[in-house]
Amino acid sequence: MEESVRKAVLGAVPSLRAFAISLCGNVDRADDLVQETLLRALANIDSFQPGTNMSAWLFTILRNHFRSEYRKRRREVEDSDGRYAETLKTQPEQYGQVEFTEFREALAQLPSDQREALILVGASGFSYEEASSICECAVGTIKSRVNRARTRLAELMSIEGVDDFGPDEQTRAVLAGGERS
Amino acid sequence: METAATRNKKTDTKPAKLSREVQARLGQQLRSMYDDVVNQGVPDRFNELINRINGGGNKDGQ
Repeated sequence: MEESVRKAVLGAVPSLRAFAISLCGNVDRADDLVQETLLRALANIDSFQPGTNMSAWLFTILRNHFRSEYRKRRREVEDSDGRYAETLKTQPEQYGQVEFTEFREALAQLPSDQREALILVGASGFSYEEASSICECAVGTIKSRVNRARTRLAELMSIEGVDDFGPDEQTRAVLAGGERS
Repeated sequence: METAATRNKKTDTKPAKLSREVQARLGQQLRSMYDDVVNQGVPDRFNELINRINGGGNKDGQ
């Protein structure tokens, strides 16, 4: 394996894990999924086109493998929050515990295609085009899934305005400062 | 009939678009959750896996 390939694959692992956890809802299953993805990818490394996005290629393999092998077992293995919470060792300081827990629960309730689109675009940093190629659907489909995911998340968290986000005066002040009304 | 139509319209007046602040806040939450995992780096098992495959193929370099 070329050093550049090895580096690119390893470099994608942290983000692959985060994506896998969001699909599986369970860290151990997610790590198995990542391992199987890497084995498949490296066995087929010749089909990777140099110069294209290694990360998107690996995400595509992971997602396909998840859909063919894991999805049917998903209900059995999904745990409600316990294992997932364990990986989240550090609590982002700017958010309250309650809000963060609510957010994760709301995210878990989204339809899987919406959650996946939202994560690819909103967290993994893929463009709509890249996400559409990973999910093998039209760009417009990704856009509408992301929009529906955002709306649904806000509904689940009963957010109508930014004030509902809880007592976070500083953030609100910063946000309000950006908008001159 | 008119009144029914009007009523339907009324229940439909919910804002279709989320405010930018709400979207920004949801986005921050999503990223901090995701980055929490990303920041754990590469667990040993994956380093070992890649190195094992690498060693099996061609020995370092060349």
